[in-house]
Amino acid sequence: MALADATAFPYGLRVLVVDDDPTWLKILEKMLRKCSYQGWNLCFPLSTNCSVFTVMSIDGETSRVMKGVQHGACDYLLKPVRMKELRNIWQHVYRKKMHEVKEIEGNDSCDDLQMFRNGCEGLEERGLFMRADSDTMRKRKDVDKDHTDQDSSDGATVKKARVVWSVDLHQKFVNAVNQIGFDKVGPKKILDLMNVPGLTRENVASHLQKYRLYLSRLQKQNEERILGAARQDFGHKGTSDNLNLRSSFQEQSGNGTTGFQHGSQKIQAQSNMLDPHLEDTKIVVPLKVPDKNGTSVSDVIDPQNVTSASPLGGVLSFDRMPVNQDRKPSETMILECQSWSGSVPPKQFMQYPKHNRERCDLLGDYSCLPKPDLEHPITPSHLYAPPQLVSMSCSMEGDARDFSDVKPDVLGCMKSLSPALMCTVVDSVSAQLSDSVVTSTNSDQKFSSVEGLSSAKDCHIDQARNQAPLLTSEDANIICGTDLACLPDDLSGYQLQGIGWNSIDLFQCNDVMMLNGLQNNWYDDPELSSEIMEFPLLDGCLFA
Amino acid sequence: MDYSNLRRQAASMKKSLFDQGYLDEQFCQVEDLQDEASPNFAEEVITLFFKDSARLISNIEQALEKYPKDFNKWDAYMQQLKGSCSSIGASRMKSECMSFREFCGQGNVEGCMKSFQKVKREHGVLRQKLEAYFQLLRQAGPAGAATRPGM
Repeated sequence: MALADATAFPYGLRVLVVDDDPTWLKILEKMLRKCSYQGWNLCFPLSTNCSVFTVMSIDGETSRVMKGVQHGACDYLLKPVRMKELRNIWQHVYRKKMHEVKEIEGNDSCDDLQMFRNGCEGLEERGLFMRADSDTMRKRKDVDKDHTDQDSSDGATVKKARVVWSVDLHQKFVNAVNQIGFDKVGPKKILDLMNVPGLTRENVASHLQKYRLYLSRLQKQNEERILGAARQDFGHKGTSDNLNLRSSFQEQSGNGTTGFQHGSQKIQAQSNMLDPHLEDTKIVVPLKVPDKNGTSVSDVIDPQNVTSASPLGGVLSFDRMPVNQDRKPSETMILECQSWSGSVPPKQFMQYPKHNRERCDLLGDYSCLPKPDLEHPITPSHLYAPPQLVSMSCSMEGDARDFSDVKPDVLGCMKSLSPALMCTVVDSVSAQLSDSVVTSTNSDQKFSSVEGLSSAKDCHIDQARNQAPLLTSEDANIICGTDLACLPDDLSGYQLQGIGWNSIDLFQCNDVMMLNGLQNNWYDDPELSSEIMEFPLLDGCLFA
Repeated sequence: MDYSNLRRQAASMKKSLFDQGYLDEQFCQVEDLQDEASPNFAEEVITLFFKDSARLISNIEQALEKYPKDFNKWDAYMQQLKGSCSSIGASRMKSECMSFREFCGQGNVEGCMKSFQKVKREHGVLRQKLEAYFQLLRQAGPAGAATRPGM
């Protein structure tokens, strides 16, 4: 009876919510959307082929919990579901992806998160769902966690030490690397320099490996981008005072529809499905930034480019050149649209001070880091101030007023961009703003304008929705690669409703398939997260 | 019209619903989801709930009649209703659902019947109260309204 909805996050993550209770569906849908707005979305690497199943139920008993776990449930939640729990799920999914990515490097497919909720006896009979007593929920969760912890050590390359690469930790790491010299760096040296008790050489080595992979991938992408960019008009790049809002869709024309060699291409593929006109979607939108000198930069938005923006394929990079005459990095403000990786913001931030990347692929790299930007090199340090979703590190000493002046422009530009971009950027912006040096008053302003954008996005929704791959065979990878392959067919019979947000279409379906054997690392608490080092940002890059 | 007064009334109505155990924290969660994008979200959810729960109740009623002593089936249906109650924090109603299920577990037909009547009663009472609450809210106007032309 319930309808089918699928939630597709901009980076290709799909959430399938299945429930037979329409009230719950509505609530959950709203919660998911809210999570997106809040920008805590994780940066999922599209390069892994796995699904995560979360089972939610109204009550539970141990036996059923176990049953659910055996059938591949990655987690289970009790109804009513809290936002916090939802966020945890994403974190878990992310972590899981991280974990598997290491092993499955090179595979590309869609990441899918599926949340199955059971309210129906019939469903339970299919052995899919667990029920947990509300009273004992806590215990169940712990049991489940322990259970999965034991079961699902994938034997990944990571050591048993549970290292969580928080922002701070990573910052130390990067500092150490830079200090040593990127070419001469070795895990031992880094470890010594970092001077973090409890950190092992293996942790560092593994982290270093990912770091290197990430960098090399960045470079590669940057080259591609440069090539593409060369064809575009970069008239403003000479103007150091500009805040350049660049929306550059990766022009990997051939790649988009085919395989998924890179996470970014995967996104590309998706965006291709949405909008065939990717080629001409490169957008350079410099924003007006009143700098300290009072020179304002004219902003030009190329209307043609903007309108042809693809909802998902966009890469948004906001470069802001130093405002003052000295072009000090302190004035640098970079808006990273990638911010989905901010699910656990403190943990998902990687800094590469040595490699100033100003651009970030919105979807491709899932990196919150600026990409190599040969045109506008910027000193690192200020790019990564607070590890927020958006590295719009407003480290500018300029007063908040300047920032607020910029913001509306940014937002205004974003309005004309694809919804997906808007959404992500907007979220990032708002998220970041709250942590930037901008005063709270400005934040308020931002939020209001952010919210204003929501409606602006709606007009784009139809396009996205119409083109959204609603359970096509391509999207079979929405569903766990096991038995759920048949799910799309079933679901296609259901009414699909896109709701609101461009990239969020909720599929609600009360027909549930067997979930087989997904044993996943599952952690209730990010703190307890494991041997897996978290590189939300890296994912798209390193493990594409 | 004194909107702030209306809002106050609504707030105190809500408080009493909580105090009397009709609603629990989940209701707040639902209200919290409301925002500018969906300014009537809470009311929509509640409306949806009552529509759906009416259907579920009727299912149970039929099952009690058509499948005498089929405790498993009764339990299954009630399970659905209970889940639905938890979605909006209908606490009293949920308790009655649970006690119904207990009676099912015991195989107590009489108990089930009585309990089911209570479920229906709680359902009706809650619906009345929440309708009144939302009506008051509607009259009180959007939270942000400072002043309004007199009505």
